Amino acid sequence: MSDLVEIRWHGRGGQGAVTASELLAEAALHEGKYFQAFPDYGPERMGAPIRAYTRISSSPIRQHNQITEPDAVVVLDPTLLGVVDFAEGLEDGGLLLVNTPLSPNELRRELGFDKGRVFTINATRVALDIIKRNITNTPMIGALLRALEVVNRDVVREEIRNRFNTRVSKEVAEANVEAFDRAYTEVREG
Amino acid sequence: MVSQKVKGKPVALDGDRAVAEAIRQMNPDVVAAYPITPQTEIVMRFSEFVANGEVVTEFIPVESEHAAMSACIGASAAGGRAQTATAGAGLAFMWEVLWVASGTRLPIVMHVVNRSLSAPLNIHCDHSDSMGARDAGWIQLYDETVQEAYDNAIQALRIAEHPDIMLPTLHALDGFILGHGVERLELLPDDAVRSFIGIYEPQHPLLDVDHPVTYGPMVLTDYFFEYKRQQAAAMERALEIIPQIGEEYGTFTGRYYGLMEGYRLEDAEFATIALGSTAGTIKTVVDELRDQGVKAGLLKLRCFRPFPATILAEALGDKKAIAVLDRSLSFGAQGGPLFLEVITALFTHGLSPKVLNYAYGLGGRDIVPARIHQVYKDLIEIDREGLTESSIRYLGLRE
Amino acid sequence: MTLKTWTEILAGGLITDAGNSEEYETGSWRSHRPIIDMDRCTHCMICWIYCPDGSILVSDAKVTGIDLTHCKGCGICAHECPRKAISMVEEAVAKEGAQ
Repeated sequence: MSDLVEIRWHGRGGQGAVTASELLAEAALHEGKYFQAFPDYGPERMGAPIRAYTRISSSPIRQHNQITEPDAVVVLDPTLLGVVDFAEGLEDGGLLLVNTPLSPNELRRELGFDKGRVFTINATRVALDIIKRNITNTPMIGALLRALEVVNRDVVREEIRNRFNTRVSKEVAEANVEAFDRAYTEVREG
Repeated sequence: MVSQKVKGKPVALDGDRAVAEAIRQMNPDVVAAYPITPQTEIVMRFSEFVANGEVVTEFIPVESEHAAMSACIGASAAGGRAQTATAGAGLAFMWEVLWVASGTRLPIVMHVVNRSLSAPLNIHCDHSDSMGARDAGWIQLYDETVQEAYDNAIQALRIAEHPDIMLPTLHALDGFILGHGVERLELLPDDAVRSFIGIYEPQHPLLDVDHPVTYGPMVLTDYFFEYKRQQAAAMERALEIIPQIGEEYGTFTGRYYGLMEGYRLEDAEFATIALGSTAGTIKTVVDELRDQGVKAGLLKLRCFRPFPATILAEALGDKKAIAVLDRSLSFGAQGGPLFLEVITALFTHGLSPKVLNYAYGLGGRDIVPARIHQVYKDLIEIDREGLTESSIRYLGLRE
Repeated sequence: MTLKTWTEILAGGLITDAGNSEEYETGSWRSHRPIIDMDRCTHCMICWIYCPDGSILVSDAKVTGIDLTHCKGCGICAHECPRKAISMVEEAVAKEGAQ
């Protein structure tokens, strides 16, 4: 039986939703799994709401359509609340993880969403405290792995370290790993 | 030739980068390309390889796609291996010189990232661009996955340069879906690719000053027709040779390629035919339908030019109903380009099953499994009740 | 001339015989023939330089005549000759004169 997991990411252009979807895919590679990571491009630029997708499975993935009935939805930006219908297509078995100061119950009331599992984390706070920039993708991956262990946490930690080490600096890499770990600890379910 | 199975390296790359890696490994003498929109990351990434000295390639950033293909023609006539990449309107702008490349029998390799043609302005995936070039004398392969984009990029060179073919060859990967989609694939070791492609020995290079040769003379009513007949014959020979090269590629990669791939097709009663990444989505639907007891199958066409009519007719002859999925329109024609080919193939082989044509996915319109289910539902219905509506349909259109 | 079939010709329209344009007898295009007045000619070679078909015959640095198999009768030699030593004569008249 297929263990395919489908994740939809919501963010704003420039916040790293695409990077997040790719980071998870790279981690899946190191576990010998199959994956797809792809953005949904429109004319948008910095700041516009965007979507990205990740599929992970232990067997080859064949379908090439966008994800309309995700197992998990991850929302990187709290200001998308009320702007984007990010609960669209989420069913009872689904999981919604949102970057927001609200508690899971407050978010449910706000959205009128009574299905599945809801997780919240104030990832913006975590990012500003530790990374000193409002880029929430690494803490949101940390929070996601607490809710859904789709890939091994240590592998992702290594992947973050490698990626930011090569592309930015050791300091930034370590800050991202720390934010990833803190969000993993702080995420709340309700 | 590599006969031993080699171990590939699993990587996570999008289609553009996977193709750029393939070009790096093939290390062509010349890559000429127009560097901005509608260009994709293929050329951006490859130009980094050039800048880093990882290839010997002379990279020519030209002023247009027309010039890109013209530069490839010059380089290929000179005796070099020449490649380019383009997409959408870029391919359309090459149209005139595509015919010069094929008519001059130059084994140029082109990587096409399928995009729609404007207007209205659209940069997303459909097959209008490569289908627009379908009569230009180029061999056309279509990729289902990022792995196939990589594999077809490499095989395209061997196909083009085969002495019994000598035709420019393009392979097409669906824009954004594969171009920007990160997937798992296996990259071959550099030396395995280089051994597979071998050393190109052009028969009549312009730069061989001891054996002067004229390229591109004027040919009038007395001989032009004869040259065109030669091109047609080369396409016919390619039908034999493309699977041989695909077989050889399989011996060391484990990934074998033919002209088409049947997926649960043999005992299927209801079959769809598609090109490109949509074939993967159809496979998942076929599996679901099989679980429900529906004998569904898929014919994925890898090679559109030359069109493998005989094997296609043989594979479809016993089907109750068939759906042809076209990701482009041929305005005013009696269906999409793929549909017309399939109908002709069936008719010329004395077959007349019920066949529907679906235009789908234009301008990047997503094709979800529910739509494919609808297609099979329609097939079952026309098998039972006969054709009551038009056989030309639009899938995923708001009506 | 027997034309070859599609299986007998080199692919792609390539021509591998260098200089085979000589086989094309463009002399048949000519309506006017250049006639050189050898008394006026100084062998300055201006006509030889200008002739687009290489049809000015030269031997030992002297102009000796016209290659009528290839001369198209364009008249450039006559136009350029600084001594006006070349005149263009109607082909029919020239043929008559030659006989």
